[in-house]
Amino acid sequence: MKRASDIEVKTKEIVKKHGRDKSSLIAVLQDIQEQYNYLPKDALATVNEEMEIPASRIYEVATFYNSFSLNPRGRYLVEVCAGTACHVQGASRLMDKLQRDLEIECGETTKDNMFSLEEVRCLGCCSLAPVVRIGGDIHPYLTQDKIPKILGNYRKQG
Amino acid sequence: MKKISAIDDLKKAGEKGLKSLFPDGVKIVVGMATSGIAAGADKVYAALNEEIKKRKLSYILAKTGSMGMDFIEPLVDVIEKDKPRLSYGKMTPAKVPQLIDQIIKGNIDNIKPIYRIDEEDVIITNEQYQYLKGKVPEYLKDVPKISELPFYKKQVKIVTRNCGIIDPENIEEYIARGGYFALQKALRTMTSDAIVEDVIRSGLRGRGGGGFPAGKKWQSCRSAQGDIKYVICNGDEGDPGAYMDRSVMEGDPHSVIEGMIIGAYAIGAQEGYIYVRNEYPLAVANLAQAIEEARSHGLLGKNIFDTNFNFDIKISKGAGAFVCGESTALMASLEGKAGEPRAKYIHTVEHGLWDRPSNLNNVETWVNVPVIITRGGKWFSAIGVPHSTGTKVFSLVGKINNIGLVEVPMGIPLKDIVYDIGGGIPSGKQFKAVQTGGPSGGAIPAAMINLPVDFDSLWEAGSMMGSGGMIVMDENTCMVDLARYFIEFLVSESCGKCTPCREGVRRMNDILHDICAGKGRQGDVEILESMAKGIKDGSLCALGGSAPNPVLSTIKYFRQEYDAHIQKKCCPAGVCRALIRYEISAKKCTGCGVCAKKCPTECISGEKKKAHKINQKKCIKCGVCLESCKFDAITVK
Amino acid sequence: MVNLIIDGKTITANKGAMVLEVARAAGIDIPTLCAHESVSRSGACRLCVVEVKRGNRTKIVTSCLYPVEEGIAVETKNERVLNVRRLVLELLLARNPESEVIADLAKKLGVTPQPRFTLDKDKGKCILCRSCVRVCEEVVGVSAIGLSCRGSDKTVGPPYSEKSDVCIGCGACAFICPTGHIEMETTEDKRIIWGRTFKMKSCDVCGRYFAPVDQLKYISKITGVPLKELAICTDCR
Repeated sequence: MKRASDIEVKTKEIVKKHGRDKSSLIAVLQDIQEQYNYLPKDALATVNEEMEIPASRIYEVATFYNSFSLNPRGRYLVEVCAGTACHVQGASRLMDKLQRDLEIECGETTKDNMFSLEEVRCLGCCSLAPVVRIGGDIHPYLTQDKIPKILGNYRKQG
Repeated sequence: MKKISAIDDLKKAGEKGLKSLFPDGVKIVVGMATSGIAAGADKVYAALNEEIKKRKLSYILAKTGSMGMDFIEPLVDVIEKDKPRLSYGKMTPAKVPQLIDQIIKGNIDNIKPIYRIDEEDVIITNEQYQYLKGKVPEYLKDVPKISELPFYKKQVKIVTRNCGIIDPENIEEYIARGGYFALQKALRTMTSDAIVEDVIRSGLRGRGGGGFPAGKKWQSCRSAQGDIKYVICNGDEGDPGAYMDRSVMEGDPHSVIEGMIIGAYAIGAQEGYIYVRNEYPLAVANLAQAIEEARSHGLLGKNIFDTNFNFDIKISKGAGAFVCGESTALMASLEGKAGEPRAKYIHTVEHGLWDRPSNLNNVETWVNVPVIITRGGKWFSAIGVPHSTGTKVFSLVGKINNIGLVEVPMGIPLKDIVYDIGGGIPSGKQFKAVQTGGPSGGAIPAAMINLPVDFDSLWEAGSMMGSGGMIVMDENTCMVDLARYFIEFLVSESCGKCTPCREGVRRMNDILHDICAGKGRQGDVEILESMAKGIKDGSLCALGGSAPNPVLSTIKYFRQEYDAHIQKKCCPAGVCRALIRYEISAKKCTGCGVCAKKCPTECISGEKKKAHKINQKKCIKCGVCLESCKFDAITVK
Repeated sequence: MVNLIIDGKTITANKGAMVLEVARAAGIDIPTLCAHESVSRSGACRLCVVEVKRGNRTKIVTSCLYPVEEGIAVETKNERVLNVRRLVLELLLARNPESEVIADLAKKLGVTPQPRFTLDKDKGKCILCRSCVRVCEEVVGVSAIGLSCRGSDKTVGPPYSEKSDVCIGCGACAFICPTGHIEMETTEDKRIIWGRTFKMKSCDVCGRYFAPVDQLKYISKITGVPLKELAICTDCR
């Protein structure tokens, strides 16, 4: 029960920071997402109380935008750039390789919660195509054979 | 912090900025835009910092935005008093000691600069700032001048006027290059009507893709009923492969702010919003810092330049939805709602954000404004071509040698961009097509290489200007796969409100998927074409309304590829995995076994030192074998 | 007053009226799915499209949301308009193959299924007209249900697809739904809707079960009328 009230307290702080006005909803959810790496149900319940926005409206916004996740994301977000330049340079092959190696589909998280695999468009580093961003780090000119080592390095970091 | 409330204050700040841009000692500037950092510029910066400290040098180390030459990043510039500015490309931390050595020694023996800059244009003031005083030093005579480089020769830098030159976190450098003088002129010497007239005279058309005359929009918003109005900057650059706006927001954030303040004054708005996609954290950070700086200098807030005009700007981050680049969806997002567009039968200039008159323009549109105000709308209208005046920034990417950001006068032939500026197609491959307008645009085939690049010509050719993404394709790009790629993108980005887009684009995607998977049927092309009209006409917004464009334009110019996929179950470009085979050439294969080891399905077999073979039944067409073969023995059929 | 032409007929209409209403008042039929008199317009289904000519420009607009303008010429059944309606119905036939309403409408407008579209099995009869969401928000005022996700994943229902504790079981959403997608089961003293079972109140006069207790409690809360005064069914009032 203590955990739930931690989320409640933090969420109330976030709402206070941005203001209770309905227009701040997205900014509030962005801060919650950054804090917990997803949008906990209790946090959204607190938002509903504090900002007096109907739960269905909050849920609509939470599920509409790509940057929000209702389920915990992995420690490292593996983002395959699927911009046009990366696509013509073979990004889909990199995605397949990552799916094989991580044993998950795009949009899923590994069982040990280490990696979440997603597609992102576009990182705007087109001269370095194809690009994959892992934990915020850009990996340029990526080829399939470099992937196992890179993933291994992140696993070591823990 | 002295507030800037008169032109003399501006001039004083400008003098400080000039000293910063042209210091007495040595200054080293690192290109630290997102693309530069991705290429390793932050590590180079750290290495330079360390080396300078280690050698106890009093060099100034600074950051700048993107010069546009992504293909040679990280870029490091060295500025020394009275000498040309030197630009070094592909810098690495390992090369840093050598660079410092040659600066100390006064030569370029270790590392050759890519180009030198003797003088710099300041387009706002129509002046030239001199780096070089006197004769060119002997040892630099063979270093090409930037204006001689094919990449730069045909460029005209109005929007990107400061990118790669100033430190985006230094307002005084911005002012030194003419910044905020347009604002002073507008607020102190012009009426709102006069400003709107000048923007109309300039012929500036919206740079976000729609191409609607900006001045006309301003005028409608100005005359709309209501005391509270808004100006909005659309920084939700969502087209994959387009990053022009990002580069400007990162490299020259004050130019966006200044443009918006002028616009707000002309329209009668007191509040402004910059909506930036959350995938651009550096742009958000630099804009936020610039807004703070502008505020503390009195250029945002109350009584700007000692007038009655009050105005301030707020940044709002997107949350990951391409559709929020559409103006009504963007406004819904600003209001804290899901980004669903609404019908625009009642225009947003009359009923926009919170139902109030709102003027929304793209980043690039706003950035043109200070230049138009200082040089005049008439001057601007002489650049480009009559119905597409001014310049356009493009992100030139894909199968092209010189990948980067370019700014060219409207009307320039496509050929000049691809061959002169872009340096042609790498690896000796054949140029096939250029895609403009992102998912809303179309392909321009190689046969139309002389097409002038302007709003109307692109539209007539079945494409559109879009926000400025220009993807170059070669013989190994499958045009059917490209159409499928764009449609698939739109399926995941469709808001889902209206039937033609939500259901229609999804069905187009199913058919295109089938075609690329070898399951295309006779009549599929005709079905795609017939659906296209209904989707274009029936969709609620431009996302759905322009979704069929890439499909229609690739059908128009590359019908034979569609036919090959459907009738012959073959992908001529060698891309669609279901329709290609990887084969090992018995002649070239040395039997080294590397490919067999790496194959994820273990479908390659063979004896040591003898030609290997791929078991087609187990092959998943991942391409790892092709990537790892050092003997060129693997071909795609 | 505004003068305009619809299908060749000159019509005078009130300023601010929508083309849909004005056309219907003049006896011109325009099909709709997502427009309902009780709620605001959304322009989502696109069935009511017409072509508007203004000056020498034509455009396709949804008549439910397009206000009449002086001098425009509207065509409600030309080739371009019918093409959009045909596409909309072909798409809905594939999305909701079980919907009799869509099947009937398609038949009426001469639209046959497009065999190239594989039939969806997981969308039920929901055409995402969002009338249910709007009625719950605008008329009832509780916003128990809403939309979620994007694109063809878009669904309607309570958050997390779980029981909503703000739902009052009034059934307005089921009533307004044009295709009968929303399931509401009312037996003697119980009503089941959106996965929640509501206890029904029996009329103090005739004893008939007529409304969920939660609905009456809600009405009492927002109107201030005491609950026991609401415990009489409409027949007995």
